[in-house]
Amino acid sequence: MKVTFEINGTEKSVDVEPRTLVVDLIRTKLGMTGTHIGCDTSNCGACTVLLDGRPVKSCTLLAPMLDGKKVTTVEGLAAGGKLDAIQVGFHAEHGLQCGFCTPGMMLVGKALIEANPHPTEDEIRWGISGNICRCTGYMNIVKAIQHAAAANAAENTAGVA
Amino acid sequence: MFPAAFDYIAPGALDEVLSLLGQHGDDAKVLAGGQSLIPLLKLRFAAPVIVVDIGRVEGLEGIRRENGHVRIGARTRHRDVESATELRGTLDVLLDAAPLISDPLIRNMGTVGGSVCHADPAGDWGAVMLAVGAEFVVKSAGGERVLPAAGFFEGPFTTGLHADEVMTEIRIPVGSGRSGGTYLKLERKVGDFASVAAAVHVVLGDDGRIATAGIGLCAVGAHSIKATAAEAALAGQEPTDAVIAEAARLAGEAAEPKADIRGSAEYKRDVARVFVQRGLHTAINRAQGAAA
Amino acid sequence: MAVDTTEAAAAAEAARQAMGGIGVSLARKEDARFIHGQGHYVDDVVLPGMLHMVIVRSPHAHARIKGIDSSAAMAIPGVVAVVTGELLAQHKLAWMPTLSGDTQAVLATDKVRFQGQEVACVIAETKYIAEDAAQLVSVDYEPLQAITTPQQAIAPGAIVIRDEKEGQTDNKIYHWEAGDKDATDAAFARAAKVVSLETFYPRCHPSPLETCGCVADLNPVTGNATIYMTSQAPHAHRTLFAIVAGLPEEKIRIISPDLGGGFGNKVPIYPGYVVATAASLLIGRPVKWIEDRTDNLISTGFARDYYMDGSVAIDENGKFIGLRVNLLSDNGAFFADAQPSKFKAGLFHIVTGSYDIPAAHIVANGAYTNKAPGGVAYRCSFRVTEASYFIERLVESAAVELGQDPVTTRLNNFIQPEAFPYKSASGFEYDSGNYPAAMKVALDMLGYDELRKEQAEKRAKGELMGIGVASFTEVVGAGKGKDYDIAGLRMFDSAELRVHPTGKAILKLGVMSQGQGHETTFAQIVAEELGIPASDVEVREGDTDNTPFGLGTYASRSTPVGGAATAVVARKLRDKGKIIAAHLFEADVADIEFAKGKYNVKGSPDNVKTIQDIAFAAYTNIPDGIEAGLEGVTYYDPPNMTFPFGTYLVVVDIDKGTGQVKVRRMVAVDDCGVRINPMIVEGQIHGGLTEGFGIAFMELITFDDEGNCIGSNFMDYLIPTAWETPRFELGQTVTPSPHHPIGAKGVGESATVGSPAAYVNAVIDALSHLGITNIDMPITSDKVWAALRSKGVTE
Repeated sequence: MKVTFEINGTEKSVDVEPRTLVVDLIRTKLGMTGTHIGCDTSNCGACTVLLDGRPVKSCTLLAPMLDGKKVTTVEGLAAGGKLDAIQVGFHAEHGLQCGFCTPGMMLVGKALIEANPHPTEDEIRWGISGNICRCTGYMNIVKAIQHAAAANAAENTAGVA
Repeated sequence: MFPAAFDYIAPGALDEVLSLLGQHGDDAKVLAGGQSLIPLLKLRFAAPVIVVDIGRVEGLEGIRRENGHVRIGARTRHRDVESATELRGTLDVLLDAAPLISDPLIRNMGTVGGSVCHADPAGDWGAVMLAVGAEFVVKSAGGERVLPAAGFFEGPFTTGLHADEVMTEIRIPVGSGRSGGTYLKLERKVGDFASVAAAVHVVLGDDGRIATAGIGLCAVGAHSIKATAAEAALAGQEPTDAVIAEAARLAGEAAEPKADIRGSAEYKRDVARVFVQRGLHTAINRAQGAAA
Repeated sequence: MAVDTTEAAAAAEAARQAMGGIGVSLARKEDARFIHGQGHYVDDVVLPGMLHMVIVRSPHAHARIKGIDSSAAMAIPGVVAVVTGELLAQHKLAWMPTLSGDTQAVLATDKVRFQGQEVACVIAETKYIAEDAAQLVSVDYEPLQAITTPQQAIAPGAIVIRDEKEGQTDNKIYHWEAGDKDATDAAFARAAKVVSLETFYPRCHPSPLETCGCVADLNPVTGNATIYMTSQAPHAHRTLFAIVAGLPEEKIRIISPDLGGGFGNKVPIYPGYVVATAASLLIGRPVKWIEDRTDNLISTGFARDYYMDGSVAIDENGKFIGLRVNLLSDNGAFFADAQPSKFKAGLFHIVTGSYDIPAAHIVANGAYTNKAPGGVAYRCSFRVTEASYFIERLVESAAVELGQDPVTTRLNNFIQPEAFPYKSASGFEYDSGNYPAAMKVALDMLGYDELRKEQAEKRAKGELMGIGVASFTEVVGAGKGKDYDIAGLRMFDSAELRVHPTGKAILKLGVMSQGQGHETTFAQIVAEELGIPASDVEVREGDTDNTPFGLGTYASRSTPVGGAATAVVARKLRDKGKIIAAHLFEADVADIEFAKGKYNVKGSPDNVKTIQDIAFAAYTNIPDGIEAGLEGVTYYDPPNMTFPFGTYLVVVDIDKGTGQVKVRRMVAVDDCGVRINPMIVEGQIHGGLTEGFGIAFMELITFDDEGNCIGSNFMDYLIPTAWETPRFELGQTVTPSPHHPIGAKGVGESATVGSPAAYVNAVIDALSHLGITNIDMPITSDKVWAALRSKGVTE
């Protein structure tokens, strides 16, 4: 069946079997491999994408459910050659090691600070608790999100001034 | 890991959904948020012929207060209950339970009605709905039924919902009395199903006595359990420590847990008791603090 | 004057940061691709004509295979082949050797011996079709009684699991001893006190977020075999492939691209790799096999599953004088532990730990069971984790029985700083250490004495709070090669360094990063040794065609061995640089000095040639009789292991009503010698502390009586999220390794090795006044509740 949606700002129309999982659609059909698969049971969040701005697990979405919706993947974070604040934060604070959970973590972090620009550490830890990282122990992921929040705040202040 | 093949349709109108369910019966599965169904499809524990996605039907989402009820559209997402802060003081138990469901990403997709209809014995909403005395509005091509939560849950993944029916709304009666509630959940980590959980909802009378108390237990039986003996022991009583302890003991007895990797039956029963005891204290404190 | 000094210091610091040498927390060079979603993992590899493979696994733990019918599967359009053991047997590939000298079924022929064992492989045009068809492969099983514990396995009359193995008449795998029995018996005979502990370190699983898999691309025309593979040891795997599959080694190219974590799980060779490779050869198309999570958890390298009991003999002064340990290991259906071949229980004999115990005797026995094979070291150097856990738990028990603070017991028995190098009773020579120093830093950071007071007050009120202590010592960085080999391959490692004419360098290594940041850390070693900025050093790993032979990354050996090789090869180039510099300066080589990337003639410090000048000259102006170029390769065989250590302190509060344990604080003081990139080191420690936390409280693979695996997906195999994970407080001491070229020790595993005992000791410390002496991991709330109930404590 035909499914039409927007991904990272570009409209796509694809022909898929209804049983196609969104993560597979993105990886296989669209060839965007930044979205990963880490489990089969909706636990790990390696497949996280933003659906209409909210983080969801793309392994637990059927392709037809995308019809008419907007999807953002890790490939859509940097715009016009400029890194998103969340990407800068992950690099600056050593928020990644093997990199496998990183796309999902960055997308969750980005959505989190958009909804809550000044999160506490508890709010960050709660907010990323649907995503598993096996390498970092989360310490520096928390710092990375704080880093991005601070950068956004500084930019907004600068804009006001 | 992928689902077996199925047909898929996403009708824009409820009538079409009902007609499809009438036509396909048990061969059809209703897809709302998909956070329970899609994992089952992937594991191939469920292999429907047709998946009917109700995601495009208007009017199934939202929380509003009307005619002495809080009405929750069946497709309302867990996240939307979580952020419905206007329920604080009226239905604390909903606000306390919502953030403990699975994890933040699942809550962005999963729906209240979907979870209730899925009827996992360890699903959180079942116990909550029993505690608050909810009613479920279900529709089929033949008409509408209103089913009380008490009696709705019949067994693991089994409810009073017929194969040709879809849940459209959850109605929770809210009176004018001072009320308080809470939800306590023992989970091994975020995202885990409950090992044990308890939902408590208390309404105080003008005399400060307990007018009604609702207690729902989660994951300690073949389905969500309404602790009716404990509720009866509280009704009309002064909320003393002794009354609460006795009600908690009765709630523990209402539990029918099975031993598994999460613990012995004795353990789960005792945690149910402890949670009901703690939950009643919290609920009563909140009710006492609430404006009438 | 003061201003000048400050400015000079600032300039020096800026130069240090720009160089990115040792000690600089340089942001990682590899990050760019990952934060853009351009990490390249095996599952991202797509080749023209690629097929997909799915494995059909046994639902039974033990059963005879009476027949396999794949006709229904073959009838599905898009199915190319169904491979069975029978087919493999025709190519002599039905069985393969393991890393511990046993054999393992690639695809079962006679019997299945664990739930999840590989029985058949479906190869199809898409993964969807392969999964559809896999459901239709019909296997006729005759179920047999399953053996699920090593105690059952070694009991007289137990059904023999490996009945296909010639000469195997029972389920025993090995018997191994270390230390001195007589000396230990004598110590126990004169002991004033003997304290014993019986404990079980349960089966857990490394579970890297990326599962295992491969894309095998064998070209029948050229004979080239390119295998993209989740491998922590690509060179060793190439050699083993050559041996197992009989492929010519020079035609095999293993490419291990980015790895999504490994933690030991990607050390062994699994049946899926072998079948995908064979299938690609037979079909003539590339074949991709990627595990799903259940495949990964139920069939690939698990860790631990050690039953340990033992005693410490203590003299009248509270000094440890002897240690006895017995262990029984559950190795599953095939003895496939990844470990040095001379040591059947890995390096478990490091069990004397940080303590000066003059006599020790260790007896180890292994048994087959109807469970998955593996026995990898989950973020651990070959069973050092089990050893560290046992001794740290035993010391806790000793403290309780002696009525001492556990810190006192440790301080009384530590190997003293002046005793290094220290020869342990079980045969290790500890290179260096300063255990009291690390302990002191940790106690100060935690505010230990205050917390003990708080604990006493809480206890008086009936509240449960505990403080756990662990002072671990690791042994990491194998070889030396004479003593340590895997499947005969000596455990050296390699570095090849090439400096190009413009002064930029490529460093190629035999080790393999799985997230440890090798591209940054090893560039920093070159920066330090050669004065080429780390930003100008490109690090390459994981492609056997383009890197020198090495044994790979596991057991914290990259920095101790690969890092040493890097320093040594850089020094070789530095020395060649002196010859070129002498030529440029028209001076004698003996008069050339080198510091921080600059050469000068003695006495003329201001007239310098940079390493970049030298590199250019190496290709443009080389002295007569000297080979052009500035490159070299080193195969480094370490003279000894390194012995990182530390003290970890944990504070817990326990809910009496539910048995839930909340970790309030976690202080970790590590000494891994010289820290090359402190930021990366701390990241490694954070990760290890988290995996240790998971193991202590939730990660578990267990089995029911029929041998059904419980813990076969992430709903049951519980991995901590950010919410449960404690907030760690890190500290350090620095005791350089005396034999390592830059004084570094391994650090990737210290925290997983050291922390489980600290967490468990904290729980026991909260409960010991009630008479509770042990709770086996994972410490779940129901176990704590049951222990409290057994002592009459309730809410």
